[in-house]
Amino acid sequence: MGRKLLLDKAHIEGIRYYKTYRENGGYAAAEKVFKTMKPDEVTEEVKKSGLRGRGGAGFPTGLKWSFLAKPEGVPRYLVCNADESEPGTFKDRYLMEFLPHLLIEGLLISSYALGANTTYIYIRGEYAWIPDILEEAIRDAKAAGWLGKNIQGSGFDLEIYVQRGAGAYICGEETALLESLEGKRGTPRIKPPFPAVKGLYQCPTVVNNVETLATVVPIINIGGEEYAKYGTGKSTGTKLISACGNINKPGVYEIEMNISVEEFIYSEEYCGGIPNGKRLKACIPGGSSVPIVPANLLLTTAKGEKRMMTYESLSDGGFQTGTMMGSGGFIVLDEDQCVVRHTLTLARFYHHESCGQCSPCREGTGWMEKVLKNIENGKGKMSDIDLLWDIQRRIEGNTICPLGDAAAWPVAAAIRHFRDEFEWHVNNPSEALTRNFGLAHYADPLPVPAPAAV
Amino acid sequence: MAQFSEEKLQKVNEIIARYPQGKQKSALIPVLHLAQEQFDGWLSAETMDYVASLLQLTSIEVYEVATFYSMFNLKPVGKYIFEVCHTGPCMLNGSDNIVDYIKNKLGISVGETTPDGMFTLKTVECLGACGYAPMMQLGKFYREHLTPAKVDAIIDECRKAQGN
Amino acid sequence: MSEEKKLFKVKIDNITVEVEPGTTILNAARQIGGEVVPPAMCYYSKLQGSGGKCRTCLVKVSKGSDADPRPMPKLVASCRTTVMDGMEVANITSPEVLDARKGVVEFLLLNHPLDCPICDQAGECDLQNLSYEHGADATRYEFKRRTFDKIDIGDKIQLHMTRCILCYRCVFTADQLTNKREHGILGRGDVSEISTYIHKNLDNDFIGNVIDVCPVGALTDKTFRFKNRVWFLKPVDAHCKCDKCSGKVALWMRGNEVFRVTARKDKYGEVEEFICDTCRFDRKDVKDWVIEGPRNIDRHSVISQGHYVGVQQPKETFKAVMDGRDPKLLMDIHAVSEVNRPDVDLSKIEGPAHSNDFDKKQ
Ligand SMILES: Cc1cc2nc3c(=O)[nH]c(=O)nc-3n(C[C@H](O)[C@H](O)[C@H](O)COP(=O)(O)O)c2cc1C
Ligand code: SF4
Ligand code: FES
Ligand code: FES
Repeated sequence: MGRKLLLDKAHIEGIRYYKTYRENGGYAAAEKVFKTMKPDEVTEEVKKSGLRGRGGAGFPTGLKWSFLAKPEGVPRYLVCNADESEPGTFKDRYLMEFLPHLLIEGLLISSYALGANTTYIYIRGEYAWIPDILEEAIRDAKAAGWLGKNIQGSGFDLEIYVQRGAGAYICGEETALLESLEGKRGTPRIKPPFPAVKGLYQCPTVVNNVETLATVVPIINIGGEEYAKYGTGKSTGTKLISACGNINKPGVYEIEMNISVEEFIYSEEYCGGIPNGKRLKACIPGGSSVPIVPANLLLTTAKGEKRMMTYESLSDGGFQTGTMMGSGGFIVLDEDQCVVRHTLTLARFYHHESCGQCSPCREGTGWMEKVLKNIENGKGKMSDIDLLWDIQRRIEGNTICPLGDAAAWPVAAAIRHFRDEFEWHVNNPSEALTRNFGLAHYADPLPVPAPAAV
Repeated sequence: MAQFSEEKLQKVNEIIARYPQGKQKSALIPVLHLAQEQFDGWLSAETMDYVASLLQLTSIEVYEVATFYSMFNLKPVGKYIFEVCHTGPCMLNGSDNIVDYIKNKLGISVGETTPDGMFTLKTVECLGACGYAPMMQLGKFYREHLTPAKVDAIIDECRKAQGN
Repeated sequence: MSEEKKLFKVKIDNITVEVEPGTTILNAARQIGGEVVPPAMCYYSKLQGSGGKCRTCLVKVSKGSDADPRPMPKLVASCRTTVMDGMEVANITSPEVLDARKGVVEFLLLNHPLDCPICDQAGECDLQNLSYEHGADATRYEFKRRTFDKIDIGDKIQLHMTRCILCYRCVFTADQLTNKREHGILGRGDVSEISTYIHKNLDNDFIGNVIDVCPVGALTDKTFRFKNRVWFLKPVDAHCKCDKCSGKVALWMRGNEVFRVTARKDKYGEVEEFICDTCRFDRKDVKDWVIEGPRNIDRHSVISQGHYVGVQQPKETFKAVMDGRDPKLLMDIHAVSEVNRPDVDLSKIEGPAHSNDFDKKQ
C-alpha cells in the first residue's frame, strides 16, 4: 500500500463531522501552529515541503505565499479555488464531501500564515450540495473555537465564507475567479498586476487549490522536511489523482509520487486495469488540457525509461513525446475509443467555456470545433487537418489567459500522435461513421532509442 | 412585481454581510441563485431588475452577469431539468446513448421541454463526476452511473413527486 | 520641466526612444511613429481599462530590461505592457509577430459580415484598414457566420451587432462618460454581444461618443444624412459655443451641407475630445458652426492612402459587387471600385508590414 497523507483517514465512519475528525487527530496541526509557530515559520515549512500547486500549474506554494504584498492597513485575502471544472478532474469534490474539516483546517493554517482574516471558498455552482457540508463544518469549527475572533487566544481572527459560482469553467482561472467573486462576469484580468499585489477588491490575494490548501495540514503535522521525503525529486509528497474513462475502478486515489503510470493503471490498488480485457490506446493523464499520448508513449518515455507518476516524468519529452501532471484528472481511452471524437468533445467544451474577451480564443475555439465535427462526421478534407493545426497554433500563446492554450494543446497533441486516425476519417468517411479506427499501432513498442549522440 | 419572502430577504442580508462594506455586488451570483430558486427556476428581466434594486446595482450589471453563467436560465424551463454531461470522459462511458434514450423516452430534443412542462433536457459540459459516468444533474444533486433503467426510475420518481 | 525625471530607454524595431516610466510599449511606439506602431483595435488611450482584448497589438519582447535581460516567453499585448529600462521590442521586424497578427486578423474577420460595400464605416473602418495591411487573401472559414439583427438603440444610434469585434470600447465609454450605463456585454464566448438586453433606448448627453470610439461599423449615427460614402465628404474642423462640451468637432460636408458631425480624431483614430450629443446630432446647419478649415486626414486608412482623396465623380459599383461576392477577407479596392487608382499597387508601399499578401497576381 502506498503511503497516504490526505486520505489516510477518509475511511473512518463519520470523519466528515467535527467530533470524529478531532478525535482522530484533526486540528492537531492548527493547535501546533497557534502554540508554537509564527506565520513566517508556517510559510517556511511549506517551502521546505516542496509542495507544488495542485490546481494544474504546479507552482511552488511556499514561493507563491512569499510573493504576497503586505502593505500596512490593507486587508489580505486567501481564496480557495474549488471551481474544479477541468474535464477528468473530480478530486477536490471528494475532499470537500468527505473531509471538509481537513480543508477548513488547511484554510485556517494558511490564512494565519498569510495574515488573511477573511477567506472565501469559491466553489463551482453545480456542486450545489457541497456548500451545505462546508458551511456545517465551518459552523462546527467556529463553535469549537477554531474560527471567529481571537482564535485559541492567539489574537488571530478568521472568517471563512463559501461562495457559489454559477457554471463557468473559466472561473477556475484565478483572476476570472476573483472577478466572479466580486459579482462580475468571469473574465480573466489582464496581468500584471498579479493577485499577490492586487487581487480581490484590489487587495493582495493568494488563490490556491483545495488540495493544495488541505495538504498544508499534513505538512505541518509531519514537518516540511519529512513531507519532502515522500515522492521523487521535485515531485514531493502525495497527489490526488481522479481516474476515469475506461478503467475497472474509476475514482479518486492518493498516490505517492513514486509509482509508475503502468502500476497506476493496472494494479489492483488503483485503477485495476481496463475492463473487458481491452487494451490501452491512449491517455490524458492530467485533465483535459494536457496533451493526449498514445499507449506506448504513456508507459515509457521516448528515452525508453519507465514513465512515472511525477511532474517531471510525465512531462519528459516536452510536448513532442510527453504530457503533463496538470490537475491530476486521469482519463484512459481503450482500443475501442475514437480519438477524433474525444478531441471533438474537448474542443466543444473549450468553445462553450471561452469567456469571449480575446479574439483568438473566442473565434478560434468555435472554429476548431466545427472543423473537427466535419472530420468526425465524414465531411472532412485532408486540408482540414492542417487547418486545425494552424488554428491551434495561432491561438496558443496569443490569448489573455491560458484557456486558449488549454484549448489548443489537446487538438495539437491529437494531431501530433494520431494523425493516421484523422486521415483515416477523411479517407473513409462512411466507414468512420460505423466503426472506429481501433488500436492501430498506438501500443506498439517504441523503437529502441539510438544511443545518445556524443 | 417579483418580491422575495421575508426569509429570503434575511438570507440576502446575511450574504451581503460576508463582504466588506460597499462590496455588496459580490452578493450578486448567490442572490441570483436564490431568485432562480424562488421564481420558477428561471430569471425574467423583471426578476433581474428586482435583484438589481436589492443590491443597488444597475440592471445592465445584472443582465451582464446572468447571461454569462450557464446555470442561470433566461427562459422558462420545465419543473425537472435533466442536465446530462456529454464531455469526453462521460462520452467514453456512453453518455450519448443516455441522451438518445431520454430523447426517445420523453419525445423531446436537447434544449426542449415536454409539453406538460415537466421535463427539460439539456446537455452540459463536465460536471466533475467523470469517474461516475454517465451522469446528470437533477436539481441540487447528481445522478450517477446512469443506465436506461435508472433513467426510467428517475422519470417515475419525478412524476410521483408531482402526484401523477 | 524643472524636475529631472529618469526616463526609460526602449528599443522598438531597433529604434531607440526614451519614455517615462509607466508608458506602455504601444505608446512608446507611438512616440516613434510610423510603421513600428502596432495596430490597436481595442485599446483607447482615453478610456481607462481598455485594451488587451483584441490581440492585434501583440509584439515580441526580445529583452526584458537591462536588469533582467531575459526575453518574455510569449508575445505580449503592447497596449497593456509597460516598458522597462533597456527593454527591446520587435514588432514588424519579427516574423513571429506578423504571423500571429495575421492570425488575429483572420479570427477577427471570421464572423465579420464583410459587408464593406454597404457599411457606413467603409473608408474609415479600423478593421478594414487592418485587414488591408495584415490580412490574408481569402478566408478559410467555411461555416455559417454568426449574425444578429440590426437594432435601433434610441432614435440616434443604430447597433449592427454582426459587425462588432467586442473591443469593449463603447462599454467603457458609457461607464466613464455617462452616469448610468445601460448597454453592456451579454452572453459568453462567441455568442457574446453588445446589448441592452431588454429593448431600451440609450439616452444621455454623451452617449453618442460610442459611435466615434467604435472601430468598426457596429455603432453608427442614424442622423448621418443620406448615408454617404465618407470619402465623398470633406471633413472640416469647426467649433461652436457649447455649454456641454468643448464644441470642437469635425463636420463632414459636401458643398455647404453638413452631413454629419463627429469628434476630431487623431491619426490613431482616437478622438481628441469627446463631444456632446447636441453637437453631434442636432447641429446640422452650417450656420451653427464656425468653420476653421479643412481637416487633414493623416490616418493610415484606405481614405488616406490616396485612393479616394480628390475624387469628384464617384460611380456606384458596390451593388454589383455585392452579388456573387466570394468570401474574400477584405474588399480588394482594385477589384471592386473604379474610384481609385488601380495603377497604385498597394504592395509597393514601403515596409515589411505590407507584405505581398495583397498581390493577387502572384
Ligand atoms: C482556464 C483555467 C481553469 C482553471 N481551473 C482551475 C480549477 O478549476 N481549479 C483550480 O484549483 N485551479 C484552476 N486553474 C488554475 C488557477 O488559475 C490557479 O493557478 C490555481 O488555482 C492556483 O492554485 P495552486 O497554486 O494551489 O494550484 C485554472 C486555470 C485556468 C487557466
Ligand atoms: S483566452 Fe479565452 S477564456 Fe481566456 S481571456 Fe481570452 S477569450 Fe477569455
Ligand atoms: S466528463 Fe462528465 S462529469 Fe466530467
Ligand atoms: S489594442 Fe492591444 S489588445 Fe487590442
